[in-house]
Amino acid sequence: MIYDQARYVENGQYEPLLSEKETTEVDVGGDDSPLPDDLTRDSVELPDLSEPELARHYTRLSQMNWSIDSGPYPLGSCTMKYNPKFTEAVAADPNGSVHPDRSDESIQGNLELLYGLQEYLAEIGGMDAVTLQPPAGAAGEFAGILVAKAYHEANGEDRNEVIIPASAHGTNFASAAMAGYDVVELPSAEDGRVDVEALEAAVGDDTAALMLTNPNTVGLFERDIEHIAETVHDAGGLLYYDGANLNALLGRARPGDMGFDIMHYNVHKTFATPHGGGGPGAGPVGVVDELAEYLPSPRVRERSSGSGYELFDPEQSVGKVHGFQGNWLVLVKAYAYIARLGDEGLLDASAKAVLNANYLGSQVEFDIPYGPYHHEFAATSGEKDAADVAKRMLDYGVHPPTTKWPEMVPEAMLTEPTEIESKKSLDDLAAAFNNAAADDEETLADAPTRTTARRIDQVSAARNPRLSWRALGDDE
Amino acid sequence: MFEIPDDLRYMESHEWTSTDDVARVGITDFAQDELGDVVFVELPEEGDDITKNEEFGVVESIKAVSDLYAPISGTVVGVNEALFDQPELVNDDPYAEGWMLEVEPADEGEFDELLTAEEYREQTE
Repeated sequence: MIYDQARYVENGQYEPLLSEKETTEVDVGGDDSPLPDDLTRDSVELPDLSEPELARHYTRLSQMNWSIDSGPYPLGSCTMKYNPKFTEAVAADPNGSVHPDRSDESIQGNLELLYGLQEYLAEIGGMDAVTLQPPAGAAGEFAGILVAKAYHEANGEDRNEVIIPASAHGTNFASAAMAGYDVVELPSAEDGRVDVEALEAAVGDDTAALMLTNPNTVGLFERDIEHIAETVHDAGGLLYYDGANLNALLGRARPGDMGFDIMHYNVHKTFATPHGGGGPGAGPVGVVDELAEYLPSPRVRERSSGSGYELFDPEQSVGKVHGFQGNWLVLVKAYAYIARLGDEGLLDASAKAVLNANYLGSQVEFDIPYGPYHHEFAATSGEKDAADVAKRMLDYGVHPPTTKWPEMVPEAMLTEPTEIESKKSLDDLAAAFNNAAADDEETLADAPTRTTARRIDQVSAARNPRLSWRALGDDE
Repeated sequence: MFEIPDDLRYMESHEWTSTDDVARVGITDFAQDELGDVVFVELPEEGDDITKNEEFGVVESIKAVSDLYAPISGTVVGVNEALFDQPELVNDDPYAEGWMLEVEPADEGEFDELLTAEEYREQTE
């Protein structure tokens, strides 16, 4: 495939932002507004564009961007899945868009859907109770750790440590620290899994929880999971499951059955809703019975009369972690996805996620030090700089994998094609890896050359961030 | 070769300190090279106490975020505020303009527990 990304440049500048285009001062009247004068204005400055010009502006921006709608996007652990358009259609149904303060009685359909999603997720994770409130995966982690903390405090236990493997997602460390815990980092064993002896030495009266993802961040299944769970539970700690890698297990194994007490679900990863970076996200949390009363509020339950649904606050709830019932439209998309796939479809998704990763891994010439892996693998670019290889892969018309992480693999390229890619796409991806592997240092260092923008100046971006359109004129 | 001034003392974690009555503290040429372009530095305030071998701040580069460890115990009497606007000074001039703290040592005997320039050089080779 020959690939060249679109590039619109005007006066040496990429497609100008709306705020940089010609504007017109528009009179908005407002004399009869009941608001105080200092809260109103007489005119507003708006971009001076016709509808087609506006449509072209956004189309151009999207063409200069990379998305999973334009090609493969195999970011390991970040899991970029195609968002099926039917879920967008369901979420766009105006019948579902009701004011969140309306009475339970008048939004029974919405509550039924939320209840159904709670039940679906509980079943999938092997959990007893689910909250849909957290607005993202990391927010779910934080809420889950707050639940663990509330549980220990209610039992009069003063536990101040959370144990996390060195290979875990960075959010795990942040969630535990934000909840006020000291983080104990667990080294990986030689085979890339949890070092069970180190865990046995680390657990004790101070252990509040162990946070784990399974399969772990290089795609390896934690074979000692039952022993790990027993070790943590015997010390009085809880086991937290980071749902980031649930894709490998979907419909086949359940965190609850492995001994996990708390988990979050990344609905954008596992159930194909958009990633939170582009708008609202959702990170529901599931727990075992013993912890249900601490979950964030509100949750949805069936009325005791047996007909209809109602919102309720769990008795010892840690409180709200987001407004109202969570990010409704994202939850609708997750529900629609699960309902459309059904048991058979979810089983097929995990099978293909693992099959695709293993087929792609078999076709890639870079060394893959740890295995057998499941839905993702961490290849190493060896003597080559993984960032250079990644930039070069862009030139071959695919998005590169996650680079330089996890650190247990030197120059890591953590790759997760997901179940959505066909054999043809996987072959294209493999070709991009292998072409980059064959390119010389100079070509790699110079890449990318076919993208809209070439190497981004990360240093200036970090040292002189301009975080608002108002700062655009502040050129150094 | 990395610059390792003979008159300073060093930690294995790549911080340096002068041995003056008011000791200056920073990170070494080797450390700044390993980190790459430094984009952010977080330091304690004047009047704060720091404790030998414990974290006193954070240095962030485009590659990594790293804790800074105190080579000596003492009271912070000066902070290089220029680093807040120009973190690149740590890269450009790690032993002079890129200094981080001025510390009144609690125990001058602690200097002798640190690596000499020669010992530190061996570690980096």
